[in-house]
Amino acid sequence: MAGTGSKALWPQRMRRRRSGWRGLVYIAPAMALVILFFIMPVIFTGWMSLHNWPLMGGTRWIGFKNYVRMFHDARFISALQFTACYTVIVTVAIFAVAFPLAIFVEKQRRFVSTYRTIIFLPVVVGLATASLLWVWLANVDSGFIGPALKALGLVDKSPNLLATFDSAFLTIIIMVVWKIAGFTMIILLTGLQAIPAELTEAARIDGAGPWQRFRHLTLPLMRKTIALALIISVTGSILAFDQFYIMTSGGPQNRMISVVYYIFNQSFVSFNLGYGAALSIALLAILVAISIMQLWLLRAGEERP
Amino acid sequence: MTPSTTSLSKLRRARKASRANGAYHATGIAICLFFLSPFVITFLASFRHGTEARLPPLPPWPTGGISIDSYLSLDTFGAGIWQHMINSLIVSIATVVLTVAVSLLAGYGFSRYRFPLKNVLFVLIIATLMIPFQSILTPLFIILAKMGLNNSLLGLTLVYVTLQLPFSVFMMRNAFDAVPKEIEEAARIDGARDLKLLVRVLLPLVLPGVATVAIFAFLNAWNEFLAALILLSSNEKYTLPVLMMAVRAGRLGAVNWGAVQAGVAVMTIPCLIIFLLLQRYYMRGLMAGAVK
Repeated sequence: MAGTGSKALWPQRMRRRRSGWRGLVYIAPAMALVILFFIMPVIFTGWMSLHNWPLMGGTRWIGFKNYVRMFHDARFISALQFTACYTVIVTVAIFAVAFPLAIFVEKQRRFVSTYRTIIFLPVVVGLATASLLWVWLANVDSGFIGPALKALGLVDKSPNLLATFDSAFLTIIIMVVWKIAGFTMIILLTGLQAIPAELTEAARIDGAGPWQRFRHLTLPLMRKTIALALIISVTGSILAFDQFYIMTSGGPQNRMISVVYYIFNQSFVSFNLGYGAALSIALLAILVAISIMQLWLLRAGEERP
Repeated sequence: MTPSTTSLSKLRRARKASRANGAYHATGIAICLFFLSPFVITFLASFRHGTEARLPPLPPWPTGGISIDSYLSLDTFGAGIWQHMINSLIVSIATVVLTVAVSLLAGYGFSRYRFPLKNVLFVLIIATLMIPFQSILTPLFIILAKMGLNNSLLGLTLVYVTLQLPFSVFMMRNAFDAVPKEIEEAARIDGARDLKLLVRVLLPLVLPGVATVAIFAFLNAWNEFLAALILLSSNEKYTLPVLMMAVRAGRLGAVNWGAVQAGVAVMTIPCLIIFLLLQRYYMRGLMAGAVK
């Protein structure tokens, strides 16, 4: 009896084990790619950062010297400062435009979906393409913005927007807002639409004005959405490269070198691959810290309804 | 209250509403003008004569007749615009095909099978989203060189596929989770197994998810700049964004702005067409990403 019982169990156990391996077979290609082109490179970056690693010739173990160098590298510090400054300003600018836009396109009425689509269009083109487009628009002689201002009589001479730090920075901010605002708008829109209409109605009946309703009802209820949009904007801005590389090539007096741009210069222009790797690890640490903060922020939003 | 006053107040209210409505749409049109005009100006300007290319686009439309001079001059850069357009298309389409294939299998595996370390592996794939690929470009460059895939479109494609995987695997697992198990069991009884079951029976059911994954894979591969700039080193391999850097740099200090406009048009139009045709699937992906 016991014999037949165990015999009956066998095929089932076999099947379960086989199905276990079969599952792994299905995910194997994805795992192989992630390990080969993501996990290994991350580990490799850490390993390289402990070496003097030129493009040609031998590599030499130097321990943490690259990291020590990093803390004394004035150009890296200024790249960090510039990136932080850019991140704050561009994020504020994006929100200042995207929030009113989200409110503007929230209600279902005629042409609203057309407005949404048009505002969203720049999001689907590449940042490199957008940078290229705007570098032409901002060109002093052949562009659109300067000559148009001159034609309208607002300025005497077409301004060279990309020649000074302030105007170049402003141009890039406007370009990025044009490119990204639609995306942030859609994210915020999902949050706005999740607010029950009865709540707004009740507040209105209680005599709350539009600003009061926004401040005490809309904002608290959108905590989670705002946190999400904020994190996406911040992480994206910290990794900015295309716009500075294409539009200003690092800007007047090299003042527009972002962190990724500096890593690019160290690794692929000066070929200090080891030092570039140490800088990459620093960048990675910053981003992971922000991601962890994101999870914490989102969870904090969940606890307090 | 006499009937005349009520009708008057009604009229006044209606007039006020229609004025508010008019103000609303005037604002809407102004906003759309800001977001649309850079595209429109560039497209129109790209059809001006070669002699006009250096002049500001005032007015943007071709005044001296339509011409394709700008596109012809774009063709004189690099290995010719067709070559680079084909490079971009090869990379983008290969990225789409491989991303769909790999994430379809992985999504199915994660949704339907139990195996050791399943959750750990899933989190591992998703967690790569936290790590910016910009920080691992150097080792990618070296690893691809060791595999003999440096300066190759295949190498670049594999990197793009990997970058797409966290989002795509997540999307596909959710798509399979939404398919009732009974359908699969019925198909199994009918004798469909494994890949045949996946392709014949389940694929049509998860097609919307596949569309979303494909759109994002295409747009990201078509638009990507930094990895292509670093991983491709010879002229004839350049994808469009990298080619455009040569156009942007100009020759002998002079930038051919006509070629820049044409290049922007060539890079933009496929994205806009794909988005406008498949907007529904694009937005689904955006929401899934945002909600997660």
